[in-house]
Amino acid sequence: MSRKQEADIVIVGAGPVGLFAVFACGQLGMRCHVVDAFSEIGGQCIALYPEKPIYDIPGFPSVRGRELIARLREQAEPYHARFSLDSLAVGLRRDAQRLFVRTSKDEEILARAVIIVAGPGAFGPNRPPLAGIEALEGTSVHYWVRDPQTLRGKRIVIAGGGDSAVDWAIVLSDIAASVTLVHRRSKFRAPPASVNALMQLSGNKKVTLRVPYQVSALEAHERALKAVIIEDLDGERIRLEADVLLPFFGLSSDLSALSEFGLNLEAGAIRCDPLSMSTSVPGIFAAGDVASYPGKEKLLVTGFSEAAIAARSAFAFAYPEKPYHFQHSTDRGRPSASQVRQNV
Amino acid sequence: MSTNDIHIVVDDNGQVHRLTCRSGISVMEAIRNAGLPLEAACGGSLACATCHIILSEADYARVGAPSEDEEDMLDQAFGVTRTSRLGCQILLDPSLDGLGLRLPARS
Repeated sequence: MSRKQEADIVIVGAGPVGLFAVFACGQLGMRCHVVDAFSEIGGQCIALYPEKPIYDIPGFPSVRGRELIARLREQAEPYHARFSLDSLAVGLRRDAQRLFVRTSKDEEILARAVIIVAGPGAFGPNRPPLAGIEALEGTSVHYWVRDPQTLRGKRIVIAGGGDSAVDWAIVLSDIAASVTLVHRRSKFRAPPASVNALMQLSGNKKVTLRVPYQVSALEAHERALKAVIIEDLDGERIRLEADVLLPFFGLSSDLSALSEFGLNLEAGAIRCDPLSMSTSVPGIFAAGDVASYPGKEKLLVTGFSEAAIAARSAFAFAYPEKPYHFQHSTDRGRPSASQVRQNV
Repeated sequence: MSTNDIHIVVDDNGQVHRLTCRSGISVMEAIRNAGLPLEAACGGSLACATCHIILSEADYARVGAPSEDEEDMLDQAFGVTRTSRLGCQILLDPSLDGLGLRLPARS
């Protein structure tokens, strides 16, 4: 039995443009429910480059991804949006007036319009392109470790060279039967203290380092991993018997969760009309990197503009009987929850 | 074709495409402009590895080695070789006319 929620607008994506869409909708008196696949608000700004300075936001000569998101949250905060994180928007149905967005957590959000601001798509683990890997996910292949004790006594191969790979090699060296760390080069991207700890464990034979190697194939029998085949840069292969593979290659993103929405998807983007930001599906609008049209410039400033246009269009779709009364934010006064539904 | 146009040759898993492109754009942009499958999720900001390409050995010598930041990002790519680069980090200019590269195998 799905849990029901209600809002004026469902916003798919909690990145910078999604947060500004909450604000833009709030200015028009509409309350939003935001759905995002990632565990944190902020989209790419948080997941990919929280510490990178951004130089092309009007009014901010330099702002880090993390700070920009904090500011956008603060700006949207008066409009009390609800957030469903760790949730993919996976389904859409509609009746005469309303749309119902279903999430991967079996929530159903009833709304009058939807704005998709999904950027490059939902973040998930960056899955190595190995034949048969999907069938082993959840049994022998894990992209995160919830409880290390479940790996006690296992022969573990960890692939990757960043913080996760290094930290888990260290933690699991005490628990597992064996830990082999496979990385394409000898340098690891982790704090010096972690790298030193790893080198000590390698010296004590508690962790076996295999560099420069990459995972090239898996051997399995009935959903159980048997061996991981690794290969060096000259194509020399080694077969490592293993029970568990932990691939840590960061995040990847894709829009496949939205396949049921009936949108015109092409080359990882949704085709829409830039005058209204409407998509091919009535009541669904798009903004930000996910929205494509001729001459599209993939910039945050463009995305913010598209969010404002999408909010206006969503308002006209949701409340066709209401006049659209344009007001500058200076005239509306300080944003507050009381503005929501004021003119709806 | 203007005098600034150059050619690159892209092998997409056996399908060879000869692209004409403007000097001044990146290899990633040239490949995407041609409609070939290259994700480039972060839009060329060196925040992912989805525009991983593999150069011929001779062309790798022409283009040069990646920066340390690019090496760090290449750690998130698959099937990395000695001549791997990120397409967003190679700007095309007339000295790179005739550049030959291939796209990595997809699952």
